[in-house]
Amino acid sequence: MKLEIPTITRTTLALYAGASGDHNPMHIDLDVARSAGLPDVFAHGMLSMAYLGRLLTDLVDQGRIRTYAVRFTAVTPVHAKPVCTAVVTKVENGLTYLDLTVTTEEGTQTLTGQAIIEGEL
Amino acid sequence: MNLAVAIGMTFPRHTVEVERGRLRFYAEVIGEEAPRFTDVDAAAEAGYPDLPVPPAFLFCLEMARPGDRFGYLQHLGIDLRKVLHGEQRFDYHAMAFAGDTLIFDTRITDAYEKKGGALGFLVRSTHVTRAGAPIADLTSTIVVTR
Repeated sequence: MKLEIPTITRTTLALYAGASGDHNPMHIDLDVARSAGLPDVFAHGMLSMAYLGRLLTDLVDQGRIRTYAVRFTAVTPVHAKPVCTAVVTKVENGLTYLDLTVTTEEGTQTLTGQAIIEGEL
Repeated sequence: MNLAVAIGMTFPRHTVEVERGRLRFYAEVIGEEAPRFTDVDAAAEAGYPDLPVPPAFLFCLEMARPGDRFGYLQHLGIDLRKVLHGEQRFDYHAMAFAGDTLIFDTRITDAYEKKGGALGFLVRSTHVTRAGAPIADLTSTIVVTR
């Protein structure tokens, strides 16, 4: 199961800052990113979690999601094209376990995680 | 920087009324096209009382606290520019919907260092309820680089 996301633009980041309420300037203000020694702004981790959440709610009724947990393993640069994946790893005691990843088009894994779903897919 | 002093720190409880407009804006920005996230009739067809709160949006509602949402970092002597989101976990108990009034209770539950102090970690836990009933538990790990 896979979800391909269009290029994350600066506009995406500005709009996500507004929609999410996360106004951390490191994601939207190049001057602030440079003042911290970075070459550019980078995407909010929670934007990737939002994309991956779309894949989950496409797959199962949202009320059956028990746990959704991720680790951000690398920053997502502006202009990245993330690909979200979900793979069933086991079904046990009425619960389905999914392994989750987000990877950029260049092959950098930016997120790994797990979801636990009530019942089977 | 001594992150250990943060353990046990509690945030003022905050209450958020979930608004349809915010949910629609968020759905549009993240590219969510399933009609139930933006259209009340489609949500009703899906068996929902109103537009559902998407899985990761509770984090955004947690941030909707009044005042400077990053003020606690400054209070701990942490430069916001040196902060990364390390991990995020949601444990769901019930779905939330537009029109709900949600209560967020947040505290710092752990703080530790790795790599000889080169990296600091703050763990923040948030219990979300609606009329006293549990909705979700959020666990956020913030990484402080030096």
